[in-house]
Amino acid sequence: VLTGIPIKQKVLRALMLTSGLVLLLTFSSFLIYEVITFRQNAVRQLSIQAKIISSNSTAALAFDSRADANEMLAALKAEPHIEVAAIFDKGGQLFSSYPTDNSLQIPAPASFKEMHYFERGHLISYEPIVQNNTVLGVLYLKSNMNAMYDRLQLYATIAGIVSIVSFIMAYIFASWLQRSISWPILALAETAKIISEKKDYSVRAEKTEDNETGVLTDAFNQMLAEIHAQNEQIQSFNQNLELTIQKRTQDLEAANKEMEAFSYSVSHDLRAPLRSINGYSKILLEDYSDKLGEQGKQTLNTIIRNAIRMGQLIDDLLHFSRLGKQSVKKVNLDMNSLVRNVCDELAEQYPKKADILIKPLPPIDADSSMIRQVIQNLISNALKYSMRKENAKIEIGAYPENDHLTYYVKDNGAGFDMKYYDKLFGVFQRLHSANEFEGTGVGLALVQRIIAKHEGRIWAEGKENEGATFYFTLPTNHH
Amino acid sequence: MNDSIHDVDILMVEDSPDDAMLIIRELKKNNLSNRLVHLTDGVQALDFLFCKGTFSDRNIEHKPKLVLLDLKMPKIDGLQVLREIRQDPRTRSIPVVMMTSSREERDIAETYNLGVNAYVVKPVEFDNFSKAVTEIGMFWLLTNQSPK
Repeated sequence: VLTGIPIKQKVLRALMLTSGLVLLLTFSSFLIYEVITFRQNAVRQLSIQAKIISSNSTAALAFDSRADANEMLAALKAEPHIEVAAIFDKGGQLFSSYPTDNSLQIPAPASFKEMHYFERGHLISYEPIVQNNTVLGVLYLKSNMNAMYDRLQLYATIAGIVSIVSFIMAYIFASWLQRSISWPILALAETAKIISEKKDYSVRAEKTEDNETGVLTDAFNQMLAEIHAQNEQIQSFNQNLELTIQKRTQDLEAANKEMEAFSYSVSHDLRAPLRSINGYSKILLEDYSDKLGEQGKQTLNTIIRNAIRMGQLIDDLLHFSRLGKQSVKKVNLDMNSLVRNVCDELAEQYPKKADILIKPLPPIDADSSMIRQVIQNLISNALKYSMRKENAKIEIGAYPENDHLTYYVKDNGAGFDMKYYDKLFGVFQRLHSANEFEGTGVGLALVQRIIAKHEGRIWAEGKENEGATFYFTLPTNHH
Repeated sequence: MNDSIHDVDILMVEDSPDDAMLIIRELKKNNLSNRLVHLTDGVQALDFLFCKGTFSDRNIEHKPKLVLLDLKMPKIDGLQVLREIRQDPRTRSIPVVMMTSSREERDIAETYNLGVNAYVVKPVEFDNFSKAVTEIGMFWLLTNQSPK
């Protein structure tokens, strides 16, 4: 009855229900009391009347005078509630009756004792007619309860009117009272609604009473204060974080700019002296060769070779550092023709023929020039490190896996010891000395960086003097 | 170096005397350096080309057949010199070859945007270097035909 309805209604209904129940109980108990006392009174009065009539009718019975008895009973006309009266003689035969109508079915007395009972809305009374301890007969009286019903009707009418009036009064009082109960709660609910709608945690609920609702309001306000404080804290954290990020970004930008300036001047200024070393050594060789002798010429050639190597190192390093800034421009790459082109180009650099097997290579979306560098580095490495083998064999292939393609370049050349695997992809890290195999140690680092930029993976397997296989994966899913 | 500043084939602007000597040596080998003027910075180069300062008695109509320009130079750099050559109608048609150590993409792009005729990275390796210088000299002095 009271769930899921507004609190105002709830309080009102509770009050009305309670007062209604109280009214009902009060009136019911009064009604029961009324009925009981009325019946007791009715019995007593009828009994008194019966006693008077019975003592008056002893003579009529004793002298067998029906006319006297009839006359006496007829006097009962003055008592309209007595409907039937009768006198039986000691043999149980009807002696006299009121009214005198013979059609009246008056039941013969069961005994000659005094008794009263209610039957179908009537009170029945038997009174023995006694003279000098001798029972002469019995008096029968039948009284209706109309007076009681009239009274009860009046009572019900009054009770109804009182009920309606008190119900209306109760409603008015309850409406007024419920306001004082529900108002603080409603005010709190309204405040909560405003806060959740406007997200303004600086709003506070107004405390009106020092009871449970007051406690509720206090707790609510305290919670708001905490949320407000926490929000401010979060905001200030965010601001600090943003400032930190801003500062870091600025630092990073500055560092980047510095790095760029550095690589720019490296590219300009570091190569010029090398050119001079080279050029002037060459001039010495060309113009003064007769004075230098074999050892002198050899020394100059060593200088030239190292200057060239230094130049190569600078170029490779610049290339490597520039790669960091480059973005990957993906196009659909025909890996077959790319690998074939690279192989043709490299064949000129490595005159010694190797047996190159190119298996079918699926196309992939990747940066054309970057992947070309990867392929070029891996194949030229394979050629370089298998240069000394009798039957140099190089195999290039690919196989698909879940969301990526794995390409590999396999050779049967010098290989490497897996012990030094962690140095394989490091910048300037070499697993072979320069007079064994030349190189700057940037190639594989570059390759790894390119593959990482493509969100792929690179790894290698190798065994000393038996060969090496380099694998790299490129994702096939389109972003 | 030719003493005459009035009839010049090649104007070489190069701040490094070492590089300059190497270039002149290679050109000389091919007999291309007879009428060559070597200047060491952008200010001198502009004075020469626009007949100002020490070169005020020069005739602007006597244009060099080729300007070899270094990119990085003190005072005024190669880019600025190139810009001014291309802005002036009197010097606009002079062939300019940028010679530099830099392989930086932005240098190359910027130089081409300003209308350079060629961009040559001076190789570290001497044989390649001499080959490059000889080819440039041969092409611009002998093969190429510039407007009068």
